[in-house]
Amino acid sequence: MQHPENLRSFKIATWLGWQIESNWTDPFLFAVYSIVKPLASAGILVVMYSIITRGNFNTPIFPYIYFGNAFYIYVGAVMSGISWAVIDDREHYKTLKYMYIAPIRIPVYWLGRGVARFLSGSVAVLITITFGVLFLHVPLDLTKVDWPLFIVSLAMGIAMLSMLGLILASITLLVAHHFFLIGEAVASALYLFSGAIFPLDVLPAWIRPVGFAIPITYWLELMRRSLAGDVAQAFPTLARFSNLQLLGILLGLSILFGLLSVLVYRFCDYRARERGLIDFVTNY
Amino acid sequence: MSQYNPLSSLMVEKATGWRLFIKTIIARAYPRIIGQQREKSWVFFDIFLPMLAVSSYVFVYRAIHAPEEYVGFVVVGGAMTAFWMNIMWSMSSQLYWEKEQGNLALYIMAPNSMMAVLLGMAVGGMFATLLRSVAIILLGSLLFHVQYTIGNLIQLLAVFFAAITALYGMGMMSASLFLLLSREADHLAQLATEPVFLVSGFYFPIKSFNFWIAAAASIIPLTLGLDAMRQLVFASGPALGFLNVRVELTILFGLCIAFLFGARALLAYMERLAIREGRLTESRR
Repeated sequence: MQHPENLRSFKIATWLGWQIESNWTDPFLFAVYSIVKPLASAGILVVMYSIITRGNFNTPIFPYIYFGNAFYIYVGAVMSGISWAVIDDREHYKTLKYMYIAPIRIPVYWLGRGVARFLSGSVAVLITITFGVLFLHVPLDLTKVDWPLFIVSLAMGIAMLSMLGLILASITLLVAHHFFLIGEAVASALYLFSGAIFPLDVLPAWIRPVGFAIPITYWLELMRRSLAGDVAQAFPTLARFSNLQLLGILLGLSILFGLLSVLVYRFCDYRARERGLIDFVTNY
Repeated sequence: MSQYNPLSSLMVEKATGWRLFIKTIIARAYPRIIGQQREKSWVFFDIFLPMLAVSSYVFVYRAIHAPEEYVGFVVVGGAMTAFWMNIMWSMSSQLYWEKEQGNLALYIMAPNSMMAVLLGMAVGGMFATLLRSVAIILLGSLLFHVQYTIGNLIQLLAVFFAAITALYGMGMMSASLFLLLSREADHLAQLATEPVFLVSGFYFPIKSFNFWIAAAASIIPLTLGLDAMRQLVFASGPALGFLNVRVELTILFGLCIAFLFGARALLAYMERLAIREGRLTESRR
């Protein structure tokens, strides 16, 4: 009986999430919103880079920065998408209590709520990369892409980000509305420490271990390697690891964070029920 | 013999005219200045989040071996992001949030000027954000060893206050536009983040753009404000400046007047429109 309940929770949450994310405006403005933000974010880095290198885009660091930034869109989209559902349901729509008494599984429901942002994030990633290839000489030869590595890494990465999102959502159950920045804060911190837009070697030596403990670091490296091969391996940070080793590390850390997400959810769910926080409205 | 009125001690002299206007500004600024400091998590996030972005961009510049003054450009730009975020989230979106919580109708019913309410929000937000941006500058400068060469302090202060006044005038204008919005308010505020950071040159000199793009971006007061401040605090600033500082200062004064008067006119128009269309109390979820 567990399986149909999970599937139903996921499907309904996905549909609901998509409605909430997209029906606030007409499709044209929604498309503009989905495209302009990521392109502007990439544009900042492109302009910074082109000022210093006088427009020389044929260096290994450029695709490193560009791909890292493009795939990082998933981090914000998936993690914040899942955790934001708690604040949205509890404080804005005031429906979290009804979700709790409905025949659904809450963690699965939250994962489903994150799908809408995953989909819009996927469009943003695709547009950002296409723009880079067409106009900025980002080296991407579709015949040389390591597709199996790309697909496996992408799937593992999304699963890992979902687990991180679940942890954040669980913690959000215990905090007030004004902590809505928690998802953004975590995403920004990971952006810095995972070396998404610069090799970890640039960080001071005492901060680097933080980067090595984050699964996103390995995931982004795998995404770069699958798309740009040698270009990504030009930097010493993770050069000593083979693709298989990186996949192994990513898998291990993903399982670890998956287990952690179960424990954190159980703890936070218990505390939230104990303290009467499920229908908590902080309203500021 | 005058009659004793037992209620006279309870009667308060009503403020009217300019006194009411000033009292409304102070009353609306109060929660911005005092309330925001009480919520320690906000103070932390308001400084911590821009610092993370600043650090990321600093390390990008270091990874591509940029001259050190660019690190300073990022720190100053990062500090000014606090003002832009405050404009988008605590000015523009504020009336939408007040509507969501049911306070907007009370604002309109109360016998005070909505312009004074907006000015209070602006003054309070300006002061609270100033504290945060100073903290970001101090932290960023200490962490990344930024060197400043301040030549003309008076001009620097004039540029800063002109840019901030114009910016909050712009915030007041957009607040009245947001009066008509509903769920889309949050999304539009988010949409105006990265694109504005890009066109206004928060992390690089605006001179890098084509003249006309930079000129168009100058409608956002922080564009010229940042450019002029960088020219005044960094040794290499003048060489990377878009326009002469005096010209930028003159344009900023023009923007101050235009936005403040624009805000007044737009607020009156939008308020009438919102009342006519019955959108002051709507809650489209």
